[in-house]
Amino acid sequence: MTRKVIDARGSFCPGPLMELIAAMKMVEVGDEIEILSSDRGSSTDIPEWIHKVKHEHLGTEERNGVWHVLVKKTH
Amino acid sequence: MRILIVGGGMGGTILANNLARRLAAEMRNGKARLTILSASDRHMYQPGLLYLAFGRMTPDELYREQASLLEPGIEFYVDPVDEFRLDKNEVKTKSGKTYGYDIIVIATGSRPSPQDIPGLAEHAEQFYTEESALKMFKRLREFQGGKVVIAMGVPHKCPMAPLEIVFMLHDYFKDRGIRDKVKLHYTYPIGRVHTLENVAKWAAPEMERLGITYETLFNLKEVDGGKKIIRSEEGGETDYDLLVTIPAHRGMEVIEKNGLGQRGWIPTHRHRLTMEGRDNVFVLGDTTNLPISKAGSTAHFEAETLGENIAAIVKLGTPVRDYDGKVFCFIEAGKDRATYAMFDYLNPPQPRPPTKVVHWFKLAYNQMYWATARGLL
Repeated sequence: MTRKVIDARGSFCPGPLMELIAAMKMVEVGDEIEILSSDRGSSTDIPEWIHKVKHEHLGTEERNGVWHVLVKKTH
Repeated sequence: MRILIVGGGMGGTILANNLARRLAAEMRNGKARLTILSASDRHMYQPGLLYLAFGRMTPDELYREQASLLEPGIEFYVDPVDEFRLDKNEVKTKSGKTYGYDIIVIATGSRPSPQDIPGLAEHAEQFYTEESALKMFKRLREFQGGKVVIAMGVPHKCPMAPLEIVFMLHDYFKDRGIRDKVKLHYTYPIGRVHTLENVAKWAAPEMERLGITYETLFNLKEVDGGKKIIRSEEGGETDYDLLVTIPAHRGMEVIEKNGLGQRGWIPTHRHRLTMEGRDNVFVLGDTTNLPISKAGSTAHFEAETLGENIAAIVKLGTPVRDYDGKVFCFIEAGKDRATYAMFDYLNPPQPRPPTKVVHWFKLAYNQMYWATARGLL
């Protein structure tokens, strides 16, 4: 199991969720991805997509205006 | 100082010309040497492919001879790189030659990769190559009615293309007098119709006004060409009569083959534009892994930063400024109106309603681009 960190702070286009969707293709089942986002919306739209595609949302934390969203690829 | 640029597309060409002007004296007196390697002797204006697909540009308008765009003093070879030997500060090309460098800039771009989705290459139209754009043009001409579905993969270059294609399709069929026979259905990977929130806020009501249906959170998973159905990662599916795709992209094969980055995306510092772990390797344009638009303007503004920095390295021994994430994208909103989005790492875009004036400026820029390529605009 590895953890990939995507620094999507200041990313408006394509944006943190699109970066995550692209990154999902590049990791293995069981790997974790931590997305850093300066957009509050990532704290809801990333878990929403993760649940819809049946991966696992491991948690979200906000630190100094940066949201850290941790997910796991399950299939 | 030997400066080697790999890639003769938008970013590499703009950078080469920018550096040739800044280092003219050094190049004349032998203190600097500038070489650019490309896979082609022609330079393509890629945004023209969208117009090609609708018959509004012809293939010859998309190209200029690469050599004609380059400042004197730049050594240009049509000899694509086959091996990157970064530990030895050299590359080996397909012709078998070796080029050493003190500074290398990798600007190899990206390519559409429809084969990554089962059924997509065989059953969908797209406009990311000359061949596919011309095929799409013919297919559109033959289409007499039915359901046209737009679906895409991630990442893709030109993030405005999904909106541009759906609005241009609306006007195209309207002009042909068959818009009432065509159902346009737009799908998008995230929970709104465009990744830029302010653009989505404008685009969704516009789609509703034009009778374009849309479905969000739809990441293309497979195409069943027999049943003419597409399926999404999210468990959705929709039928189609004509499928238009903005396919997912990869970096160039040579980047993947040489292990420089997964799927061809090279890990790049967001401000310095250096390859991770290598201070004399710069990366610009689509082939970075940066979380910014894969767009011509990104390559353009990155090239301006790198031109200033590499020239400063030669003259002062150090770079002088950071890339701030600047991007500028036109958005064609139909056949005769357009808007634009301009943003950077700190400032989101605030697009205005589309106008004819901005559309005319885009058409003018389709011609003025060649001045940009020459480092003049």
